Formats: sequence, structure tokens, C-alpha cells
Amino acid sequence: MDDGQQTVSWGRQLARQALLIAVSAVTLYPVLWVVKLAVSPQASMGGGFNPLPTGFTLAHFERVLTARDTLGNLLFPIQLANSLTVSIATTLVGIVLSTTAGYAFSRFDFPGKDAGMKAFLVTQMFPGVVMAVPLYILMDELGLLNSMAGLTLVYSTTSVPFSVWMLKGYFDTIPRDLEEAALVDGASQWTIFTRVILPLATPAIVVTGLFSFMTAWNEFILAATFLSGERHMTLPTVLYGYVDENSTDWAPFAAGAILVSLPVMALFFVLQRHLVGGLTAGGVKG
Amino acid sequence: MRFGRPAAALLALFALAGTTGCGRVAEPDVVLWHAYRGAEAEALVEVVHAFEERHPEVVVEVVPVPYQAYANKLTSGVPRGNGPDVFLFAQERIGAWADAGILHALEPTQHRAVLEALPGGVVDACRYDGELWGLPVATKTTALFYRSDRLDELGAEPPETTDDLVALAARFTDASAGRFGLVYPVGDFYFHSGWFFGFGGTLSDADGTPRLDAPSNANSFAFVADLLNERRVVPRDCDYGVAKDLFARGDALFAVNGPWFLGELGDDVPFGVVPLPRISATNTPASPFVTVESVLVSSQAARSPEALAAATLLADFIAGPESSVIRAERGGQVVADRTAALSAREPAASAAFGAAAAAGTPMPNAPEMTAIWEPLNRALDQTLRGSRTAEAALVDADADLRRALAPPPPPTSPLPYEVAFGLVLVAAAGLAVRRSRRTALLARMRTSRLAYLYVAPAAIASGLLIFLPFIVGASLSLYAHEQGEFSFVGFANFLNILLARDFGLTHPQSFYFTLVVTVAWTAANVVLHVSIGLALALALRDSWVRLRGVYRVLLIVPWAVPNYITALIWKSMFNFSFGSINGVLRWLGATPVDWFSKWSTAFAANVATNTWLGFPFMMVVSLGALQSIPRDLEDAAEVDGASRWQRFRHITLPLLRPALVPAVVLGTVWTFNMFNIIYLVSGGGPDASTDILITEAYRWAFERGERYGYAAAYGVLIFGVLLIYTWATSGRRATELTDG
Repeated sequence: MDDGQQTVSWGRQLARQALLIAVSAVTLYPVLWVVKLAVSPQASMGGGFNPLPTGFTLAHFERVLTARDTLGNLLFPIQLANSLTVSIATTLVGIVLSTTAGYAFSRFDFPGKDAGMKAFLVTQMFPGVVMAVPLYILMDELGLLNSMAGLTLVYSTTSVPFSVWMLKGYFDTIPRDLEEAALVDGASQWTIFTRVILPLATPAIVVTGLFSFMTAWNEFILAATFLSGERHMTLPTVLYGYVDENSTDWAPFAAGAILVSLPVMALFFVLQRHLVGGLTAGGVKG
Repeated sequence: MRFGRPAAALLALFALAGTTGCGRVAEPDVVLWHAYRGAEAEALVEVVHAFEERHPEVVVEVVPVPYQAYANKLTSGVPRGNGPDVFLFAQERIGAWADAGILHALEPTQHRAVLEALPGGVVDACRYDGELWGLPVATKTTALFYRSDRLDELGAEPPETTDDLVALAARFTDASAGRFGLVYPVGDFYFHSGWFFGFGGTLSDADGTPRLDAPSNANSFAFVADLLNERRVVPRDCDYGVAKDLFARGDALFAVNGPWFLGELGDDVPFGVVPLPRISATNTPASPFVTVESVLVSSQAARSPEALAAATLLADFIAGPESSVIRAERGGQVVADRTAALSAREPAASAAFGAAAAAGTPMPNAPEMTAIWEPLNRALDQTLRGSRTAEAALVDADADLRRALAPPPPPTSPLPYEVAFGLVLVAAAGLAVRRSRRTALLARMRTSRLAYLYVAPAAIASGLLIFLPFIVGASLSLYAHEQGEFSFVGFANFLNILLARDFGLTHPQSFYFTLVVTVAWTAANVVLHVSIGLALALALRDSWVRLRGVYRVLLIVPWAVPNYITALIWKSMFNFSFGSINGVLRWLGATPVDWFSKWSTAFAANVATNTWLGFPFMMVVSLGALQSIPRDLEDAAEVDGASRWQRFRHITLPLLRPALVPAVVLGTVWTFNMFNIIYLVSGGGPDASTDILITEAYRWAFERGERYGYAAAYGVLIFGVLLIYTWATSGRRATELTDG
């Protein structure tokens, strides 16, 4: 992962470590409350100073993991599979749609290019309050209500504009000499795109991929409105099921929130080597 | 075929995704929706099993729906046949849903046996416009919880009057030891309602029109202000979590709460429940709001006589005696059927809640009454903070209510608008044709076929799923909604908003005040997100930093955890009495801050929360962007003697720009419409001054008399403001980007 360990003075290392520890502590303090709510036998959203759990129990996790439907089927594995299907599909669809579009915006000059870029940006400005009901009707007309494909499409279109912009910006930083050299060697546009540009854009693809994944992974309102029945629900909708009009069951909510965030952190842990370590530096120089 | 591969991959993906959404085995005759969980949900399933044994010819599908999406799903689903046939919900929405055509009116003669077993008051709560719309199932109301161990220590009995209550609370209270006599969310009118009606408060005139400033309404506000500010038996900034925590720990003697609280208290908490005490000043019982959980038949069930018969049968059974016994025994519900209530799992508590409901005030179900909450909560908050007298606050609340319930603008003919729209379209088309001739557009487009192919998939998907719904939704802004009917009003909604006709310019709810707050909110957040995210990305870039992989993962945690829970944790951290931030301030010897009582501090609390939530995303983007910068450039500059700041300012930052600009621009747009944090943390308070445009739009649609057209106009204006922002900044950005 590391591109050759540089040596620095102990003082500098210590100062940097102190900064990062301080920032991490502030960042993690509220999260410790989530952990406290999840593992304490009785804890409440009542404030206080001490974020450390009072006692330890896995009962709340067990409650989330062993919830069953009326037929006695375990729900968590099904709902996890639903969530993974939607999120992974959204990520893939999002990457396919946005790398192609981002590439065209970066490399081609065509009528409507500027308007097109702006149109993608504009889609992010539409407030959800206005669109929820028409979107529902549209999905119903297309027969995509209560299907993973429908939800995937909706999520992809919400994440694509950012991805297009992000990738366009990144493609712009990749020197054109590489493509010109490949053209001279007789490669097609598509080959250049898939073999030259995409590998070089890995960091940006990772960022947009993570973003698309998160868009789908934590979304709740649309999922709860479009999907019906416990077996079709995604994990966030299950989580928000612990909230009702008068009170919220914080312990299982917190336990579920931790379960939901673990895959994201694992994913980031795996992907982060593409965000560091100077992959392009070598490529560009070549 | 150049596009063969990705297209095939997409198709395969959808095929795969399609198979996981498996179809139903047998089409059910009746679909039943509910938002129960735990024991109540299990009891309902048992009830349905009992029903199916009795009526084997009817197949019932029980569908649990998360409460937060329930109303949305219902109002979108029923008109299109995707909703339930029978569903359970509080009776307070009956009026709005009946008007909107969601409900099917019941025939009382078909339910005579069931109705006779129920108290008349709860049945009346399900009537609206002369019809019966639901059958009462259970009641929810507030009562007085007491810690029996603490009461024994005082050698006292549960209080019968408010004087007793206040005296006992005062004896128990010891603020320095963190002990308080009475705890409940004092600023929430729902919890306050027992005192309000007990003190002779009313919410409507003799003829039934809503009115909030009746002279007797101020009495209960003054009563609670005295408990909070003079006698100090209630902790300051007491919310639901604080109340629950203090009571569970034994640091509170009394709590006002509902039946759901029974399940929240651990088995080791010794407590009892009695109805709220009689009001000493008026010598009448406290009379809290009673919500009647009822079983309703949707208009969707009326698709065929058979479906309707099955749905009616199921509704009747759910409200009936056999079901009531199961729900009381297994579900621990405070059932409406008083005979069945005797078999409740916790008979004493159930009896107390039953008695409280009998003395209570049924929750109004008329649609206009949904608009009372925001003004009343605000008036209560102002009184308790001492910023106004109860009388003055209620006069304002009444004015707010009147604005929300104002009759819609007069309908106009859509014809002139259609003609104007048509002319604009024709003119635009003409201009486009002329321009394309002049610039040889078609020829250039033909040569750019490849580029269009690359852009097409994303453009088509966005056009279909984003632009189309928006245009449909935005056209709603030309209509006004009242009691389920839309009438065309042209630009009246826009004029009302933009001319600040409803408020003065500087009123916190005026469009311009909210716009300024929204801009400040967006600017503060984006600056903090980008600077913190970028600083951390730079701090984590150097390869000599040990454990940087660990830090990177730890620092994205705020992004990974669902923000509903973390936002509420932040809110509790800003609590005046028990929040950890004031804890730190006290420890440092500083004066604690009442965060949500002033605009500046409430705004700061919102920004702090959203900064915490948002910086990880910018950090990840920056980490990715830093990869595009060849390290040798900076190394060369270092050799040339450039300082760290110079290197950052003149080399790193300009090179980062192309990748950062999209994140900044889109971050701005997202923050502008960041609903959750405002709604959950400050709730728009104090006095609606921290609301942003999107929360205002939401309130007009759902909290202020269902003014969907007005809310849509807000949505269109939000879009317009953002469009102006990008248009104003795009000149500069375009050069940065396209020349990048």
C-alpha cells in the first residue's frame, strides 16, 4: 500500500498522530453513543456525558438478526440480500452510465455538451417533496413498483449526476497524449476508453462507486414507499420500522444501524488502497 | 457492435434483479396493513389466524409498514390499487383521508354488535361528516407514571390533585443532585394537552371553527411555566429521552407518558400508573388527548362486492370481542372494548389508561385540525422560554393557524396560461431552428454521433425518472388543494410567497427570511465540509503517517452510520441540562448554553451536526482527487524552496480543482435541500427561525393544512434559486472545467 516509507522526525510523526487522534476522538464520540444504545441492556437517548456502555448484552443484535416473518422465515438474510442486490446493481449501473457520459463530456466536443452537463446538475436541484408522488405513479405505470430493478433505476439516476461530474473532472486531468499514442497504434475509441482511460481513473471510479453504493444502501423513504412486504424490504426500511408515532425502540435501531454500517466500512477498507498510493503517477509517466 | 458489452451486462443485471422480486403464491382476498411491532404485531397476527379459522374462504395477507412511510405509501397506493383493503391507524387522519377518497365509509348496521360493546365516545371519534369511517380498536392517551419506591420513601400516595402533585414534586426535587419531581416533554403540546383541557382550554369556537386564543387557553401554559421556571420541579430542556432516562434511573418521581412507555421501562423499575390528577384551580379532571387506534376499510376494497364483503368482515372481526381479548392479553394493548380490557396483560396499568381515556379529549379528526400543532407547540415553547406571555403567544399562534387555513386563492381559467405556454414553446422552437440553421447544427450533430451514444444511457434514464416527475410535480404549483380537491389558481401561490403577502418581509416564516437562513446554512456547511475534508485528506496522504489506513476508515464512520440516529444523538448532546456539550462547558467553568433558545446557537447546533455528517464525503473525494496530482511537481517545488503553504496554494489546490469543483457544486445543492438535520436537530426552532426552504415546503404540505400547491410552489422556487446560483457561478467554473 505504501509507496516507499519516507523517514521523518519523531516530532513530526507525533504531532500528526496527535492531530489525527484528536479528530478521530471527536468524530467517534457520537458513534460511541450508538454503540452504547446497542449493547447496554437499558440505555436511552437521554444525554449525559459517559458514552461507555452500562453492561453488555447482544440481545438487541439477536433481536434484529432473528426477526421472522409470519411463516417463521428468518428475515435478516433475505433483507440483507435485497439490500446488497440493490446497492451493488446501483453501483454497477451507475458506473456504466456515468463513466461513458463523463468520458464523452471530457473528450468530445458536440452540440449540447454544455447544456447536457448543466442538465445533469439541474436534476440534483429538484426537491424530493415535489417529485415523490409523480415518481410513484411513473414506477407503477412502468410496472417497476415493488421490484429491485425499479429501485435500482431510481437510485442510479439520483447518483449518476454527481458521478458524471466527478468523472468528467477526473478524466480532464488525464493527459491526452496517451490516447493519441493508442490511436496511432490503431486502437478503437472503445478500446482506448476501456483499456487506457478507465484503469487510469480508478480513484475517481472508486469514489463514485462508493457514493452510488451509499446512495442505495442507506435510502429509506423511496424503498419503503415502493416496496411491499417484509420479504421485499431492504435493511434501512427494517431499521426505520423501529420508529413509530410515539416512541422509538432505540436499542434495536442502534444495533441495526451498526450492522448496516459495517459492510460500508468493510467496503471502504478494501477500496481505500485505490485512493492512495499513486497509481496514476506511474501510469501517466509511462 | 461497440455498445454490445455494457448493454448486455445491463440486461443481465436487470434480469437478475427481477428474479429476486418474487411474486405472490396465492392472490389474497384482503390485504391488511399495520405499523405495529413487538407484542402488538404478534397479537395482530394471532387475531388474523383466528379470523382465518372462522372464515377459511378468506385469505388475508398481513403487511407491516414502517410508520414513517405509512401515510405516504397509503395515499400513493390506494388510488392506484396498490394499497391495503383494511388497515390500522390512529383516527386523527380520518377527515383528510375521507376527503381524499382513500377511505370507504362503514355501514353502522353491519357492525351493530361490535359498536354496542364500545364506549360511545371512542366510536364518535371515528365519525366525520356524518359518516362512520372506522371501528375503534384501542386507545392511546397520556397518564401519570410514578416511581413507587420513591413515593414510599416520601411516605405518600399517588396525587389526586395538581396541588398534591406539585407539593410532592417539590419535596422530591433536588436539582443539584439531578433529581426532579416531574418529567415529560414539556414543550410538546401532545403531552401538555391533559393540563390544557383540564384548565378549561378549547381549540375551537362554539360553531366548531378552530381558534387558539380563547382566554382560558393561557392558564395551562402559565401553570407549566411556573413548574419549570419558578418551582423548577421540571428540568430545563426536558425532552422525551431525558424524561425516560431520569425516570428509569429513579431520579424523577413522576412522568407523564403513554401506554407505549410500559414496554420501554425495564423489569427492574418499580412504578405505577394513575390517570393525570384533577386540576386544583378548576376542580376538573385533567383531560389529555385520546387517540383512537381504529381499523379502517380503504376505498380500494370497494373494487368488487366480494372484496368489500371480505374486508368488512375482517375489520369487524379485528374490532370485535374475541380479537380484543387477544390484543389485550398478548399484545398488552389498551383495547377500546372495556369488557375485554379486564383480561389485559397488565390489568392495573390498563385500567389506569382506560380511566384516563374515559376522562380524555378525543383527538380531533377534521383535516384542518392537523394544522394546530405547529402554532401551539411554538406558543408553548415561547411561554416556557419566557420570551412572551402565554396570552401574546397564543394570539400569534391563532394568526399562524388562520394563515395556514386561509381559503385558497380564487380559481382562474387555465386557458390564458395554456396559450402563453404554447406561444413560449413555439417561440423557443423557432429560435432553436433558426440557430441550428445558422450554426449548421445538424451537420455537427451528425458528426458527434459517438459522443451522443456515450451520453445517451445516462441522459435517457435521468430524463425519464427525474425530469418527467419534476415537471408533473411542479405543475401542481399552479393549483390549490383544499379538502381533497385541486383547483387551478395560476401564479397565485407564487405571488403570495414572493410578495410576502402572508407575513412581513422579516417574519421568520417569510420566503426571504428563510432564503437568507438557507444561504447562510449552505455556505457555512460547504466551507466547513470542504476545508475539514481536504485538510484531513492532506494529513492522511503522507506515506510516513503510521496507521493512516485505520484513521481513514475511522473518519468515514459518520457517513456510514444512518443519520437518523446520529442526528438525534447530536440533538441530545446539545441538551441544556444533560447534554455532553454543556457538560464540557460546566467542567471548564463556563456558563452552559441553552442551545435551542436563540437563533445563533440553534443554527450553530445544526451546522455542527451537519458538518460532522458531511466532512467524510469530502475527505473521500479529496483523497481520490489527490491521486491525480503527480507528487514530483510538489517535490520539485520543495526543492526550489517553496513553503508548505505556497506549495498547497499554487500547486496542489489548482490541480485539485477539476475534481473538487463537482463535489463543491453538488455539495452546495445537496446542503441547500438537506431536510433531515434541520427537522431533527433544531426542528426549525426557536420560532421557526432556523427552518430552511425545504423544511418550510414540507411544513406547508404536511403540517399546515395540506397546502400541496403552495408547497410545490416552494419547491419550484427552491429549484429556481439553485438555477440562478449555478448560472451566476457557471461562467467562472466553465472556464476552469472545460480548460482543465
